[in-house]
Amino acid sequence: MSENKQFFPRPVIEAGGNRWDWALLPLVLALLVLLAYGAQQMARPFQLGEVIPLSLDPSNLPYYLLRTTLRMFIALAASMLFSCLFAAIAAKYRSAEKVMVPLLDILQSIPILGFLSITVSGFIALFPGNLLGVECAAIFAIFTSQAWNMAFSAYQGFRTVPAELMEAAQVFQLSGWQRFWRLELPFAIPGLLWNMMMSMSGGWFFVVASEAISVSNQNIKLPGIGSYIALAIEARDLSAIGWAIGAMLVGVLLYDQLFFRPLLAWADKFRFEETGSDTAQASWLLTWLRRTEKTQGLVAGFARLLERSFSLFRRSYDGTSIRSRPALPSALPERIWDAVIAAAVFYACWALFHFIHSEVGWSEAARVVVLGLYTLSRVIILIFLAALIWIPIGVWIGLNPRLAERVQAVAQFLAAFPANLMFPVAVVVIVKYHLNPDIWLSPLMILGTQWYLLFNVIAGASTIPTELRYAAKNFGLTGWLKWRRYLLPAIFPSFVTGAITATGGSWNASIVAEYVSWGDTTLQAHGIGSYIAEMTAIGDFPRIALGIGVMSVFVMGFNHFVWRRLYRLAENRLHF
Amino acid sequence: MATPIIELKSVGKSFRAADGTARAALEGVDFTLHEGEIVALLGQSGSGKSTLLRIMAGLIPADGGDVHYRGMPLYGPARSIAMVFQSFALFPWLTVQKNVELGLEAQGVAPEERARRAQAAIELIGLSGFEGALPRELSGGMRQRVGIARALVLEPEVLLMDEAFSALDVLTGEKLREDILALWESGQLPTKAMLVVSHNIEEAVMMADRVLIFASGPGRIRAELPVALARPRAVEGSDVRALIDDVYGQMTAGAARPGRVAEKEAKLQLGDRLPEADVARMEGVLEVLMEEPFKGRADLPKLAEDTELTDNELLHISSALALLGLAQLDRGDMAITPLGEHYVNANNSERQALFGRQVLEHVPLIAYIRHGLEQDPSGDLPRDLFLKLLRFTLNETDAAQALRTAIEWGRYGDVFEYNFNNGVIHLPDEEKLMEE
Repeated sequence: MSENKQFFPRPVIEAGGNRWDWALLPLVLALLVLLAYGAQQMARPFQLGEVIPLSLDPSNLPYYLLRTTLRMFIALAASMLFSCLFAAIAAKYRSAEKVMVPLLDILQSIPILGFLSITVSGFIALFPGNLLGVECAAIFAIFTSQAWNMAFSAYQGFRTVPAELMEAAQVFQLSGWQRFWRLELPFAIPGLLWNMMMSMSGGWFFVVASEAISVSNQNIKLPGIGSYIALAIEARDLSAIGWAIGAMLVGVLLYDQLFFRPLLAWADKFRFEETGSDTAQASWLLTWLRRTEKTQGLVAGFARLLERSFSLFRRSYDGTSIRSRPALPSALPERIWDAVIAAAVFYACWALFHFIHSEVGWSEAARVVVLGLYTLSRVIILIFLAALIWIPIGVWIGLNPRLAERVQAVAQFLAAFPANLMFPVAVVVIVKYHLNPDIWLSPLMILGTQWYLLFNVIAGASTIPTELRYAAKNFGLTGWLKWRRYLLPAIFPSFVTGAITATGGSWNASIVAEYVSWGDTTLQAHGIGSYIAEMTAIGDFPRIALGIGVMSVFVMGFNHFVWRRLYRLAENRLHF
Repeated sequence: MATPIIELKSVGKSFRAADGTARAALEGVDFTLHEGEIVALLGQSGSGKSTLLRIMAGLIPADGGDVHYRGMPLYGPARSIAMVFQSFALFPWLTVQKNVELGLEAQGVAPEERARRAQAAIELIGLSGFEGALPRELSGGMRQRVGIARALVLEPEVLLMDEAFSALDVLTGEKLREDILALWESGQLPTKAMLVVSHNIEEAVMMADRVLIFASGPGRIRAELPVALARPRAVEGSDVRALIDDVYGQMTAGAARPGRVAEKEAKLQLGDRLPEADVARMEGVLEVLMEEPFKGRADLPKLAEDTELTDNELLHISSALALLGLAQLDRGDMAITPLGEHYVNANNSERQALFGRQVLEHVPLIAYIRHGLEQDPSGDLPRDLFLKLLRFTLNETDAAQALRTAIEWGRYGDVFEYNFNNGVIHLPDEEKLMEE
């Protein structure tokens, strides 16, 4: 029987595959068709000023969802690539690190919409007569909402690889390329993925702004959920908003189930604590893929390719070769580099001075700083209020393990859900009851970011050691004493972590939340966010730059003087 | 004389401290590793033995002196020198098989060849059946076996072991050690020489053909003991016990300056290291020393066994007790002093008062802190001031360690108090009140 096989074409005999293969086949095919269609639509011809037909018919929503998802994916892939490159370069070259890390710190604090307004014309010029330019601008905006903290986490991962593992890599003669794939990247992956999920929420939030680009009186709406929402807001169509919310829920859910869960479950093996822990993520899709022969073959193929590259990029000499001889250490190049950096900083200061002096004027700059103070006070008050609400709730949930698990998942989901979909509702209410927008627009800033507080507090409360809980119960701690001596210190570190993320998000959200439209009605609160939004609508570049610059300074100052200190306090003293 | 493999000539290494000045970690080390021998490096933590091992591994360059491998200068990790790590240093995301293959893969060995050689190493070290397991599924002993297989698969001439058994429990460590020695004796290992860094005296004596004892501050070789006993050696054998005693004696022989053998503890200076000994353990050891079967005088190895302390811990505690005049050290024995006896028989508050008097008298750092506090009108001083002072003579970790010990002893002896939250050392509250 077996000899006969040679007469048949090999694929017929050995095509094999198990039942999992057959079940997966339609899924893969459908996915490929969808991706091809979406990609084709992205690159169609387009002239500036042309209006892309969009409609509020809910039957279009699946298609819009596809387009939006595609953009998010491309941005995510780009962020991933960027993060790896950034981390590899910054971790390897000290002179590059000196510039790159502070730069990332600054980029992180620049509001996302700022990038869009500045870069869009450049991208359009890059692909004349094609929609791709506008697509690129939108993707870039999403990219900026994801890339920075992913890059930072990758860099942190690369820098914190345990010393003994690094030494093992050296002793066993791993080349830079081999070390990257075998040690540094795997070590950084769990953090990278976690930040990717966080970034994704940010991406959803800004999808509205990045798809409906209005800059220098150009109004381009790319087909997608974001544009659909923008259109619905212009048309004052509440039911369309309802449909959009539904579609968004589906989108977030699909992303979660088809992308992040499998990734997290897969990345479980990269966790560094060597003891097995039972908090492993489960994913039905990953299990399915792992049982499928064909996908396993694909994975094995990729692994082989990687291994072949290892033998290509290997160290050709060891420590006994003259080539390993260390070059005489010389401080001169480093000095020169420092001097170059210092010169660049001086030049930048001078240019900044000149810019403010001639383009916007000092009084304008002072006004923007005052507006920044308004927004700062909003952020502080809101974080405080949110803490007041969510700490007791979070602690209560966290101390009930079974409840915590479920609520945790919901809170993560809510954090991913773009809160700006709720903004029209707020406008309707404020207009109807003639409320003061300076006060009542503020809560919108924290609508989306408060969840970080909640799930960090839950996480903190659920990791309180059981013995400590028993001790507190045993000593009969009650009331304020119980909070002051036991619960608040116990959750403080995780609260700070959550609050850092939440404030960062709130600053970003202020651009959207302080300047809200519903049809022709535009509500505006005094603050630096509304200033930037307003200037973006007019297309006044010097003032956009001023607003963004001042906001970045505020964010960085706040991080440096408040959060970093609290974080260090938590790290040094309040942990188990 | 056997062929030398690695030769070190007056090797020195210094690290840059936080304030920019250099601290010597190693000074003038001469050492040759020959073919066919196992050498153990013994020393207290921080004595620079790990630094020396890393210089031989090519992981850190020496500042001064020459490092030669087979007559060639060594600038980085060499292919035929492999290393086994204290914390195993396995890649947790790779299976046992892949971990073992790591070095071969890096050299570009073909997959089939790689798998075959890895399989052989895995079988040799007794890991068959675990090829597909992830390190986190394995116990500590099994993990270290993977670490050893990973090194052996490269057929290295020299195997460096950095405290390879110290992260394992005693039984597992002994078993693994015996297995390695059996392989070494049977000639199945491709390895021509082994260097074992350890702070376990028994381990060193059981394994090595030569034991080198390290002195600290800066690290250098204090003594060399040949071990001319046939393997396998029995722990309980009288010659082994005698050797262990000998090593203990050498290691407790005080901070001898080069060229001078000091049996009695040299007078402690303000900026010296302090032993890493907490008060509860010191009292515990003192009480055990007073009881049956020791009745005031004990052999240190026996005492280590009885108190279940590691050699390193016991050495710190015994030197602390000797420093405070509560016990005396004499060629690997510890004897309680009359003061020590008085101490054990006293009640808690008497003990604390006595302890306070002794630390003020014998520990210059504590006396100096107390002096500063008494002179200061507010009666308190920030801890960092003293840390900065210690950094002139000690490295970062040693300085922090010395101050930690000083603060603990000072607190227990009621010499001063320390507030962790604001980092301030102050006079005990009741004394402050009295002064006002």
